[in-house]
Amino acid sequence: MSGSTEKMELNINLTAAAEKRLQELVKRYPSAKSAVMPALSLAQEELGWVTDQAVAWVSNRLNLPRSHVREVATFYTMYYKKPVGKYHIQICRTLSCYLCGAQELSKYLRQRFRLTPGEISSDGMWSWEEVECLGSCGTAPMAEINDCYFEKLTSDALGQLLDRIEREQPDLRYSTIVGALGGGLKGHPKSEVWTRDEGL
Amino acid sequence: MSKQHKKILTNNIDFADQHQLAAYESRGGYQAARKALKMEPDAIIAEVKASGLRGRGGAGFPTGVKWGFVPKNTGKPIYLLNNADESEPGTFKDRVLMERDPHLCLEGMIIAAKALGAHWSAIYIRGEYAYPATRIQQAIDQCYAKGYLGKGIFGTDFQLDIVMHRGAGAYICGEETGLIESLEGKKGQPRIKPPFPAVFGLYGCPTVVNNTETLATLPWIIENGAAEYIKFGTEKSPGTKLTSASGHINKPGVYEIELGYPVMDFINNECGGIRGGRNLKGLIVGGSSVAVLRGDELPPLNMSYESMAEAGTALGSGGFMVMDDTVDMVEACLNLQHFYSHESCGQCTPCREGAHWVEKIVHRIHAGQGTAADLPLIEDVCTQIAGHTICPFGDALVVPVRSFIEKYGEEFQNRIDSAIVSQIGGVSVGNAR
Repeated sequence: MSGSTEKMELNINLTAAAEKRLQELVKRYPSAKSAVMPALSLAQEELGWVTDQAVAWVSNRLNLPRSHVREVATFYTMYYKKPVGKYHIQICRTLSCYLCGAQELSKYLRQRFRLTPGEISSDGMWSWEEVECLGSCGTAPMAEINDCYFEKLTSDALGQLLDRIEREQPDLRYSTIVGALGGGLKGHPKSEVWTRDEGL
Repeated sequence: MSKQHKKILTNNIDFADQHQLAAYESRGGYQAARKALKMEPDAIIAEVKASGLRGRGGAGFPTGVKWGFVPKNTGKPIYLLNNADESEPGTFKDRVLMERDPHLCLEGMIIAAKALGAHWSAIYIRGEYAYPATRIQQAIDQCYAKGYLGKGIFGTDFQLDIVMHRGAGAYICGEETGLIESLEGKKGQPRIKPPFPAVFGLYGCPTVVNNTETLATLPWIIENGAAEYIKFGTEKSPGTKLTSASGHINKPGVYEIELGYPVMDFINNECGGIRGGRNLKGLIVGGSSVAVLRGDELPPLNMSYESMAEAGTALGSGGFMVMDDTVDMVEACLNLQHFYSHESCGQCTPCREGAHWVEKIVHRIHAGQGTAADLPLIEDVCTQIAGHTICPFGDALVVPVRSFIEKYGEEFQNRIDSAIVSQIGGVSVGNAR
């Protein structure tokens, strides 16, 4: 490792829980290299986005060049290369959601936050973007907020949901999703899917 | 019994406790895996070959045949990968299986692993599917706790470890070699084939990548036998298929239908007909990468690989998207081409550049700034892309635009004609020189 890499390492300080978790993850794979993605996810959950420190941490723990870790981080859209709001809203824009009115959700967010996709609100709470198909087409239109799906939305329903999030400040991150129901907002994330025997 | 009332995969998914190991077992779960672990691997492969099961991820390749490509006694480990990267627009069937019946997914993996001699396996779940990922992880943990995974499964000497691996937002990782690259901790850019994964897959070892639904079908086949399975469906498309229906229908959702079921019956019965009693203008039957069908093409068609191939499209992933007569087909086409230009992995120039060009040209037609040369230009670009890329993404991206122009050409032409008229009249923004 070069001198500059060692300097970067000095700033690395993730929680003991994350360190332990990574050690467990590495053991599961045929090669430690496979743990790059889960390691990036862990770091992002702690730091909010993939900072230089996040890259240095993954690089150090998995003994891979920082350039490789950065290459992986920039390829996948779910690793944030710059900060996002505490609540990052993703509106699915692809065909089925488009057919069912996803544009109304985007329009609502534009009016509510006066933010362009990628910007963060001044209080650090919100950011939003349009994304490609999230696999929730039967419950279109929908949005994913942090790691939770919210389905069959209208602009009114989305507005009420955001009001509630503003009030309750729930934890909607992946690691808090446990059991049948999610952490944070009770009842979410829960996919509503109709099978033949259900219906209207 | 009519075709729509037979179930193989979804018998138990409406039970609220189905994701719990004890509940799963109380409904007969893991009996097929116990049986498979006592069978000779070749006998399992023979049974799956005889069942005619075809890959449910989209390509429809016979599963047993794919397994047969794995070389024996190479001295290398063999890996089984469950492809749950479900990202094809309109497709959400594997999500339902993972959320509602995660142990069924795992049981299928145990059976396949035994057949292939694999002792390490991963289920690669698209990153956005956080909830399905927790369900699968919970099921894996339950299995380890009870000795259903790890060493000495069900008291045999068979060992299998399963890892739940989350993706991070890249459509291309659903392509099997893209998935393998991603699982090696790299960008998910597909590999040149050959060598195929069966010979040179994960870390250079023989690897089989199967779709989640495909694997979840195995317990039924092992329990009931191939002879029973082929009683469902048609000769060339045996069995049932999960179809995820969305768009302008009254009852969107995931339905298990017997292959060969008439398309119009599916729309009118299960899907509850077209929303608001409107007319059906277009149908994408198997995810955005298959050709769109006009409403008037549908009556003779049924849900089978062969019927859809005859109609110039494909059963694909089961992403069934219905469009009524209010839809602007130029805009719908633009919506999909935006998807492809966003998701091109950037490895091959024809796809990386072409996907953007196609989107831009459709965009300008939609914006009323098209010219008479634009439709031939799109075709020219498509010709440069199709067949000239490492993976099928290039072919997939030209299918929607070509089929939308072929089926709804008058809508594209009208936009172009009115743009030309307004340009001659000097009122177009594009003419403001």
